[in-house]
Parts: sequence; structure tokens; C-alpha cells
Amino acid sequence: MTLTADTAYPPIVEMRGITISFPGVLALDNVDFFLRRGEVHSLMGENGAGKSTLIKALTGVYAVDSGSIDLIGTSQVFRGTSDAEAAGISTVYQEINLCTNLSVGENVMLGHEPRKGGRIDWKAVHRLAAEHLEGLGISIDTRSLLSNHSIAIQQLVAISRAMVLDAKVLVLDEPTSSLDRGEVEQLFTVIRDLRARGAAIIFVSHFLDQVYEIADRITVLRNGKLVGEYLVKDLPRDQLVTKMIGRQLDDLEAISSTAERAIDRTDAPILKATGVGRRGVLEPADLDVFDGEIVGIAGLLGSGRTELVRLLYGADRADSGNIEMVGTPAKMTSPRHAIDRGIAFSSEDRREEGIVADLSVAENIVLGIQARKGLRKVRQEKQDSVVSEYMAALDIRPADPDMVAGNLSGGNQQKVLIARWLATAPELLILDEPTRGIDVGTKADLQKKVAELSEQGLSVIFISSELEEVLRLAQRIVVMRDRKSIGELDSRRFDLDGLIDFIANEGDGSAA
Amino acid sequence: MTSVETAARTTREQTGYFQTFMSRRASILPTLAAVAILILLFVGAEILLRGDFITPRNISSLLLDNAYLLILAVGLTFVIVTGGIDLSVGSVMAFTGIWLAQLLAAGVSLAIALPAVLLAGALVGLLIGVLVQFFDVQPFIASLAGLFLARGLAFVVSLSSIKVETAEVLWLQSTRIQLGDWYITPTGILALLVAFAGAWVMQFTRFGRTTYAIGGNKQAALMGLKVARTTVAVYVISGICGGLAGLVLTAYSGAGYPRNGVGTELDAIAAVVIGGTVLAGGRGYVLGSMVGVFVYGTIKTIISFMGAEQSWTQIIIGALLLVFIVVQRAIVARSDRRSRS
Ligand SMILES: Nc1ncnc2c1ncn2[C@@H]1O[C@H](COP(=O)(O)OP(=O)(O)OP(=O)(O)O)[C@@H](O)[C@H]1O
Ligand SMILES: [Mg+2]
Repeated sequence: MTLTADTAYPPIVEMRGITISFPGVLALDNVDFFLRRGEVHSLMGENGAGKSTLIKALTGVYAVDSGSIDLIGTSQVFRGTSDAEAAGISTVYQEINLCTNLSVGENVMLGHEPRKGGRIDWKAVHRLAAEHLEGLGISIDTRSLLSNHSIAIQQLVAISRAMVLDAKVLVLDEPTSSLDRGEVEQLFTVIRDLRARGAAIIFVSHFLDQVYEIADRITVLRNGKLVGEYLVKDLPRDQLVTKMIGRQLDDLEAISSTAERAIDRTDAPILKATGVGRRGVLEPADLDVFDGEIVGIAGLLGSGRTELVRLLYGADRADSGNIEMVGTPAKMTSPRHAIDRGIAFSSEDRREEGIVADLSVAENIVLGIQARKGLRKVRQEKQDSVVSEYMAALDIRPADPDMVAGNLSGGNQQKVLIARWLATAPELLILDEPTRGIDVGTKADLQKKVAELSEQGLSVIFISSELEEVLRLAQRIVVMRDRKSIGELDSRRFDLDGLIDFIANEGDGSAA
Repeated sequence: MTSVETAARTTREQTGYFQTFMSRRASILPTLAAVAILILLFVGAEILLRGDFITPRNISSLLLDNAYLLILAVGLTFVIVTGGIDLSVGSVMAFTGIWLAQLLAAGVSLAIALPAVLLAGALVGLLIGVLVQFFDVQPFIASLAGLFLARGLAFVVSLSSIKVETAEVLWLQSTRIQLGDWYITPTGILALLVAFAGAWVMQFTRFGRTTYAIGGNKQAALMGLKVARTTVAVYVISGICGGLAGLVLTAYSGAGYPRNGVGTELDAIAAVVIGGTVLAGGRGYVLGSMVGVFVYGTIKTIISFMGAEQSWTQIIIGALLLVFIVVQRAIVARSDRRSRS
């Protein structure tokens, strides 16, 4: 279909008939997209629908096969991000794109450093960077190296970086995937302020709540084609989902919640951690996981969730406490030990610690099994069957096992990562933010798969900022705050509000 | 107000001076280690040679003897910080050196000959940079091609050495600005100027910072940085440094010789790495490379003082390199391990 620009504000960006194909994939097929001043415009679609590709077409990262791009009425051909920036388009790409070898402040200001007398004025660099970060509600040492900071901080640094340019168009491709509620609110305040000043904002997210909170208009893509453009107020949620996935999504609510399942806690737990901690990182915490149990870890970002599981997995070394597996003491001083004892850990940081971008999808999936096997090669038939099982179960698209993993859309890379760990058939699976950047339909698929495996006896530690998800899956929830564990809840006795309240108020009086 | 802030606050309370240093400046540690090694070498040699080593004469000649290497190392630091490598520098030095000698012998004035050879060095660098950036050739291969090209050109110019008799060139080497027993030659001053200019550019210009960004992030172009331009430019800078080193070496030896600098690229790389620049890119300092050059030169001097075979220099440098690369790996791994907040 085609669009007409018909609103009060004239479009600032007009993309018409955009077509982009990659070898074997038609990523965008004759797509129109209009962006107007003073609006927040959400691009919606499943993983691989073409959202990021459309953004990269706009900013000149990809050349278009056909179609035209107009900025304020004049036709533009950008040859890269720096051209687009010069024209007033500031972009935060989906994969965090910063230099971990440089300081936080420099990352914010890189390329826009204030200069004095022909040289970079470092004082001013750090002062301005601190101001921009402050705008998003974070105050950290801007002179510290970026590599010292969590993914959430890095995401906020990337966003601050985009704010440095006083841009006419601000593009945010899944900017909130690692942020928690407080940070998202802060970001939205900034976005509203920019909108009020006439900026146009593209906002991509798989969190429908966030889209409905901030967006004025929605453009839906499906399989690289334009489905349509709608005002948010005219498009109820269920209709949006139907338009995105091309079918009704009724199974999301219908997944039998595994939270209700009774767990036999008489035998020794699969994993028993007592007083596990590390100075300056995590106060000693206890955690038991029983056979077939799903234990959720809830808490805000920075509360110590990731730190706890990294200690359990041996990715970082604990300096106190001990760990038992099935009743026998286990040393977890390196991931190697954890893997040998049947623990798998899917990290929240998929780019640095997860996907091998140059290997194929199939190779990425069998990597986990291979690592457990050591030098003996996994039989080809086994490989093929595992790969096809999990590609289907998680609906990895395109369904081509030989595709280079780095070319998959962000959400599909995440699915590959999950598939890798599921395929190792571990005793205990640790999932740290597994649904980050995954679309609504697949989230349901993933939850179903995890539930199914746990019914067959797999134990799971499940970390997610999406508390609904934790409540639906986990039988028990460990709540963390300020780098310590503040309580353990029975998820049958809590609803969403109760859990949020517990996290915020240390469960005053309401603890189970 | 947000969790991030609380987290930041608690970590700040717990961090002492050491942690702050590590969180900010972990990448300078290898360079500090090089300084420590340099001091150890001096002290060790002084004890070993019973007070005969740390003399103004010795230290002054350290700069004089290694001026060409210092200039090469400066150019190379730019390249290595972007994550590249330039193997051509030794040959470029030989080619520009012999061509300079030939031009001068043919009666061309230095004012024309010098810019011509610097331009030649720049062009070799440009060629390598364009191959790397626009034809996606591995820096190793592209600069290997540059190495053969420049060496070939050196032999095209002359198969044997050409003596230089131009007064200005000899002046560069023979003038000794004295301060007591200390002295410095114009070549030494030139080398120091190049080093300080290089350090300044890397620290205080957007171009310099972009080299670090490229070394730290393969996708730096997505940050809106001028990646293509910068990548080509670092090889051009390295080529120009090769040309300057050609001038200095020609002045130093009083002649151009087409077989000069065989393997010098490796000495220069070793000096850069010992000085704390990480071969993978993104971390390093020009002044660190200067320290590395002095470490290299000092080892050489000690060996010759002890009257041992010069091949011992190579063995020791090799061992040092190994230790340094391991130490660097450890430091990089440590600082990459994020203390997640
Ligand atoms: N560089 C590339 N080479 C080959 N195929 C690509 C490349 N980039 C994207 N694709 C393909 O184009 C399609 C659209 O990808 P895109 O990244 O735009 O999806 P998306 O809508 O952003 O998805 P997500 O929600 O997962 O981020 C996908 O099928 C993807 O595999
Ligand atoms: Mg995307």
C-alpha cells in the first residue's frame, strides 16, 4: 500500500518505495515511511521484519536498491552515519555501538569534542558528557573506562551520545532493551521534551507497554513489507499484534503458567549455594534450585542479579561461600567446571559474550554441544537434527542454517543464543534476560519451550526485567536489591503489583 | 533516584584510589611496566659495569643511535592503535634514504629532494591505506606488498651505496649541541619533535581519538566517525615517518644504502609493543613507544658494552616481547572483565 502525508505537520522524512535485498533475503520490499516533526513514531514488526534495515537505509549505512529518501523536501543520498549526522539525523543503533577501550565521557562526546585553541578540551568533554548523562538520570565517573560498566549503562551512554547532536531526527532502535522501569521513565521524559521542541523521533521496541506510552503513530512492517501506518489511539493492542504477526495471538495468555506446578523439594537440590558473594560486587547470598524447578531472579538493573549468576557459573570468582551440586561440593572457579557439571549460562551480553558473528547459524547452535564434547566431533546427523529442532522451536528466521549469524536481525541472534544453550541439554540452565529484543510471538514460543523442558526435569534460573514473564514461569522468585538478596517469594502468592511493591519496598510486611 | 545511581554511589564508596586508577587508566599499566624495565636495565647495567654505564655520553648517544627507529615507531603506533600493522617501514626508510642520496648526488637541492622523498613515503603509505580500507586487504598483506615495492624501488635507484656530501644533511648529524657532557644532534631533536607531535595529535585531536575508536570498535563508522579517511591517513603518516627516518638514517651513516633497514620494521614493532601498545588495537601511547625504543637501544648498548654477540639483543628482545605480550593480555583481560553495576 502507499501512504499519503496528510497531517498538520509536513513530513520531515519521506521514504518512498524503499527496496533492499541481501543475498537470499528481500529485507525491504517497496516500503513507504513518513516521519513528521513533533511526533514519536514507532516502527513495529516481528524479529526480522526489516525495522533495523529501514533505519539503516535512512542513515545511509545500506544503499537502497530502489526508492527515494527526502529530508525536508529535498532528496538525499547519505553515504554513512556521518553524512546523516551532518544532516541532523542522530541514531542509536540496535547493537550498542561504542568503544569499550575509551572512557565513558569520551564515548558520549566522540566526534563532537569541544576544542579550545586547536586542541580537545578534555575538561569540557567530561563536563558536557556528565551533563548529558545527568539528563538521563545517571551520574557516574565519566573518566572511567566504558568497559567497567554494565550493558544498561552502556545503553544509556549510547543514548546520551545521540543527544549531543541537537538533532532534527532522533532514531532509537530498541534503546530500552536493557533498561529498567526507572531508566525508561527518565528516557521518556527526555523524549517528550524533545518532541515538544519539534524533533521527530523514531522509536523501535518490542515492549508494547512502552510503545503505547510514548508513541503517537505506528508503522507496522511484516516480512519486509509495509502493513500500514496508524495513529496509536486508533489501534488497540490486539489489533497491532495481529497486524505484526499476521495471525491472532491467543496462545500467549493460554500458555499454562508453570508457576502453579508443585515442585518436589525433598531430595537434595540440583544446586545449593550458601553465602556465595564477592567483595564489592555481591553480598553473600543463598540460592537453592531443585530438580525441574524454575527459579526467577527479580530486581532492578544493578541489583546484583547478573553478578549472582556469574559467580554461580564461575564466570567471576566468588570470594566467600560454597556451592553444592546434588549434594556434593562443587568448585566453580571457571566456566569450564560449570559446563562439566551440566550448567549452561546464556549471557545478557550477546554481542561480547554470545554470538560468533562470522560463523553460521548452525555452527553457532552446535557450539554449546561441541564445547561439552571436547575434541570429539559431534556427529553430523545429530548436529542437523538439533539445529533443525531448535530453529523450528524458536522460529529463527530466515530458516537457513547456513546463514552467517552476524547477518541475522538482533532478535533472531538472541534466539540462536538461546537455542545453543537449550541444545546442550544441561541439568541447570541460567538464562539472563533471554527475551531481550525478542518479539511478542516468539516470547511466547520461548516461554513455552522453557516450560516444556522444565517439565521434563530441567532446572532453570530465569532472570528478566519483565516481571510478568518471571511471575508466569517461576515457581519461586528471589528478589535482589542493592547487590544483595532481600527475600524469596512463592510466586503463586504474588501478582505483578505485589512483586513490584516487594522489589521497591523490601517487602515491608508483605513477605511470603 | 534510579537504581543505576544507587549502584554508582555504592561502588564509589567502596573504591579507593587504586580502584579509581584501575577503572580509568588500566591501559597505561603496560607503559609503566616498560618504564620500570628501562630503569631496571639502567640500574642493572650500572651495577654490572661498575658505574660505567649511566654517563651523559651514553645516554646522549642512545637518542642519537636510535633516532630513526624512534621516528618509525611513532608512525607505527598510529597504525597499530587502529588495529593495523605496517611492515613496510624499514623498506620505505631504505628507499627514501637512497633516493635522497641519489637526488642530492645529482645536484638537486635539499629543499626539493626532501619533500620529494617524503612524498614518496606518503604515497607508499597511501597505497597501503587504500588497499586496507577500500579493497579490504589484510593490513599484514597490504603492507607486505608495500615492503616489497619499496625495497624494489630502493634497488632500482641504486644497487650500491651512495655517499652524501651535502652540507645540510651532514650538519643534521655532526652538529652537537652540548650541555656539559650531554649533547643532542639535530636528528635527535627531530626525532623527539616527531614523538611529541605524535603524542599530541593522538591525545588532543579528533583525528587522534578516532584512531583509538577504530581500534576499539570495528563498527566505529556507525558512530558517525570518519573511519575511512582516518584509516588511510594513519598509513600515510607511517609512510611519511618512513621518509623522515630515511633522511635521519642517511645523515647518520653519511650515505644511502639500498639494503638498509632490513628487518627494522620488526624492531620498530617490538619497540611499540614493549612500550605498551596492544597489537589488537585501541590501546597505546606514542610516548610509550618512545620508552620502548629506549629499552631496545639500551639492551643493544649493554650487549655491546659487555662485548657479547649482538644476536643476544635479539634473543633478549624476543624474551621481553613474550613477557610483555602475556602481561598485556592479562591486563586487557582484567580490564575487560566488567565489574557489572
Ligand atoms: N547485512 C545483512 N546481510 C544479510 N541479511 C541481512 C543483513 N542485515 C539484515 N539482514 C536480513 O534482513 C532481514 C531484516 O532484518 P532487520 O535487522 O531489519 O530486522 P528487524 O526488524 O530489525 O528485527 P529485530 O526485531 O530482530 O531487530 C532479516 O531477515 C535479516 O536476516
Ligand atoms: Mg532490529
